[in-house]
Amino acid sequence: MRIVIPGIAGRLGRMLAERLLAAGHEVTGIDKRPWRDAPEGVEVHEVDIRKRAAEDVFRKKRPQAVIHMATVTHLVHQSEDRYRINLGGTRAVFDYSRQYGVEHVVFVGRHTFYGAAADSPLYHSEDEPPMALQHFPELADLVAADLYAGTALWRYPELVTTVLRMVYTLGPTGHGTLATFLKAGRVPTILGFDPLFQFMHEVDVVSALLVTLEKRVRGVFNVAGPQPVPFSVVCRETGRQVVPIPEPLFAAALGRFGLPKLPRGALGHLKYPVVVDDRAFRKATGYEHAIDESRAMREYKAAFPPVR
Amino acid sequence: MQLPIDPEVEERIARLEIPFNAQGVDPYGVSKKHLGVFLSMLKFLYRTYFSVEARGVERVPKRGRAMLVGNHSGGIAIDGAMVITSMLLEMDPPRLAQGMVEKFMNQTPFMSQWSNRTGQFTGLPEHAVRLLEDDRLLMVFPEGARGTAKLYKERYSLVQFGTGFMRLALKTKTPIVPLAFLGGGDAVPTIANAYALGKLVGAPYVPITPWLVALPIPVKLEIQYGEPMTFEGTGTEEDEVIAQYVGQVKQKIADMIEAGRKRRRGE
Repeated sequence: MRIVIPGIAGRLGRMLAERLLAAGHEVTGIDKRPWRDAPEGVEVHEVDIRKRAAEDVFRKKRPQAVIHMATVTHLVHQSEDRYRINLGGTRAVFDYSRQYGVEHVVFVGRHTFYGAAADSPLYHSEDEPPMALQHFPELADLVAADLYAGTALWRYPELVTTVLRMVYTLGPTGHGTLATFLKAGRVPTILGFDPLFQFMHEVDVVSALLVTLEKRVRGVFNVAGPQPVPFSVVCRETGRQVVPIPEPLFAAALGRFGLPKLPRGALGHLKYPVVVDDRAFRKATGYEHAIDESRAMREYKAAFPPVR
Repeated sequence: MQLPIDPEVEERIARLEIPFNAQGVDPYGVSKKHLGVFLSMLKFLYRTYFSVEARGVERVPKRGRAMLVGNHSGGIAIDGAMVITSMLLEMDPPRLAQGMVEKFMNQTPFMSQWSNRTGQFTGLPEHAVRLLEDDRLLMVFPEGARGTAKLYKERYSLVQFGTGFMRLALKTKTPIVPLAFLGGGDAVPTIANAYALGKLVGAPYVPITPWLVALPIPVKLEIQYGEPMTFEGTGTEEDEVIAQYVGQVKQKIADMIEAGRKRRRGE
């Protein structure tokens, strides 16, 4: 199959490209960031997805499938530009796909779509609306991109669209929001709160994308791996030092004393869990995760030993 | 700091038929360690401080979904805590009763952590349905905060029952085990409820006793479990039908309270 991956130069994009290549697919990547040691057979175009040169890739390659991974999170990209990248980029992907006869588009979204709030239920199902956005405006662009991608389901019925809401990634590459948060020597928590965190190993993330491509499922799906665990357990098993801070002091302490800098809205995610129900995805695709929570935490710890 | 865990409690938690992972946590975040600490404290209250007497424990289904539905008794949640303890200590195999708690609990530091780790989740229909479909034992007090706010003189009465529990029971085809809780009103004799103070601390109200704070005194408490009741339906029935079913459960509980009250007076 001819496959185009916008956002290929990220950790997950590279792993996905390698697995697709090994499976005999023809892989072309689009990314503003360079991937210098890309394996032979993977063609990478160093261009912004919203630019004409990106459209040329679609025109020339005529891909059958597109896996859209070119969204950035608040942690990676702090600027206003993020909104334009996520929403504008997603729009461009669907416009090109429709114009150049793509059969299947996979939007790789995030489970934080649902938001973290005191009164939101454990285990969100796909039919729930995004909540708690008013406390975390930094997530608005990702939520908008997710909902926009979902509209392709009725706007372009000839195109198979899959919107995936994937949980955090945790594994030896250290990729993702959770892994990045844990990298600091000391991990701040809010005193008296210990939310569940749901994560999956990066190998399983790639497997889930492969099975999505293979089964060509249409719709919106939560994607998860093993069961969630309390944040205190994540920290203990990965050997991190927990720094519990009373909530009123929390905002003031961020970015100081060796603590990471976080947007205010992220506080909710340290108090309340975002946990998703992934039964629909497993049923539709037959996907099963291969790596449990203990091994994912162990491998992360081995790759990023705690700094003492 | 490691708090002491009672060996009997530990042995009973080990026998809970709940899928704990390698870190001793279940898919809802219920933690063996937290259950151990929490129930070791509750065991002291249950056996020594209040010397709780539980009758009819054998009527609670050993496995599969079930809903414990009871009256509120006492200005603070000692009723729920003692029901949880009786299910763990007196059932064979032991079961974990999972309550549906007031929203403010999850917003309060430490209370949030402990209620979540011991399986006492915010009272949302989504939580109830999921736990029941997962064949757990749900504990519901349909009087809600109105029930815990009962004053000393109202301690044997029942206030209005919510009807949500009945719709959920019908929808998930869950048997209802009625329970009567006696003595909580004597342990925490509420003479007034401070609603303004409650607003200040983020709780629905703060109960005031003759000795001001709601510290319970050691009186004998009783829990009477009734025969399971099953109702046929889908949960989408008219309000009148639901209200009639709820009335049957409420009457059953009222009868058990009355019988227990007579027994307590030695009649």
